[in-house]
Amino acid sequence: MDLSGYWPNEGPGPTGALDGPDRPAPIPVKVVVAGGFGVGKTTFVGSVSEITPLTTEANMTDLSADVDDTALVAAKTTTTVALDFGRLTIDEQMVLYLFGTPGQNRFWFMWDDISRGAVGAVVLVDLRRIDDCFAAVDYFEDRGVPFVVAVNRFDGAAHHDDDEVRDALALDPRIPIVHLDARTAGSCTDALIHLVEHALDLAPQ
Amino acid sequence: MKRPRDHELGPGRRVVPAYALVGGRTHSVGADLPIEAMVATTPEGLRSLTSLRFEQREIALLCRRTPQSIAEVAARVKVPLGVARVLVSDLTAAGHLALHVPSTERPDRAILERLLSGLRAR
Repeated sequence: MDLSGYWPNEGPGPTGALDGPDRPAPIPVKVVVAGGFGVGKTTFVGSVSEITPLTTEANMTDLSADVDDTALVAAKTTTTVALDFGRLTIDEQMVLYLFGTPGQNRFWFMWDDISRGAVGAVVLVDLRRIDDCFAAVDYFEDRGVPFVVAVNRFDGAAHHDDDEVRDALALDPRIPIVHLDARTAGSCTDALIHLVEHALDLAPQ
Repeated sequence: MKRPRDHELGPGRRVVPAYALVGGRTHSVGADLPIEAMVATTPEGLRSLTSLRFEQREIALLCRRTPQSIAEVAARVKVPLGVARVLVSDLTAAGHLALHVPSTERPDRAILERLLSGLRAR
């Protein structure tokens, strides 16, 4: 059964009273918010989201990842990962979803699920624990997912200029580095703007 | 007991019961749904509200005004993502939900530009 394109009509629907499927199909887009544990991912999602961030649970068996290795069967039945996300209405048709990656890097299966088809990723960095974001940078670099590095301001973090950060992360010079305070919506939106501009730079003409 | 082979079962017998076949089909469709796939309740779904049960009814009520993603369905109905995928697949197959499955490719320039202008306007 092919469920794609199931939205019943692209134009006005048969029953004008309902504003669900009678409207043109919505355009969902998504951005991944990644980084180490406690770096501010949930704060970022909450600052940008127009709804109180939601949490859902995924079991490893729920996901479409093909895992044939029988050694993983035990883990498949027990592993549950919580996923935080928020929603932002862009226009009457487009909705942006922000998905925070699970803090523990071993849940790669979840990362694949939320990165597939994403605009890109914001990798949050705490300069006091810069190593914590290495895994995220590696992940998005390896898969060609557009990303920006966003330094979250924490009190007590020593100042580093962008060259030092770029050096420490061995970042390609084209990858933007932005600074933000994950508690303020404006600076988080700015980081998203940088990400979309970067994704446009990388998109085929 | 040894696992019987097909030819040992005779005509009309099957090793796998029908419910498992249906379950497998439904699940494989559901498992492919992106977490941002959007659903909205159809007029038929609204008319059938009284015959829907438990989570199915909750989903039909949840998606009757504003389209919701699979992730939102899972979070708001409080079921794991995999369960939400199967429930949405079943409801869609029954005509109670309209489902829009976005591309798994990266968004094209037109979509990125639209997103960019929306973000800049905030």
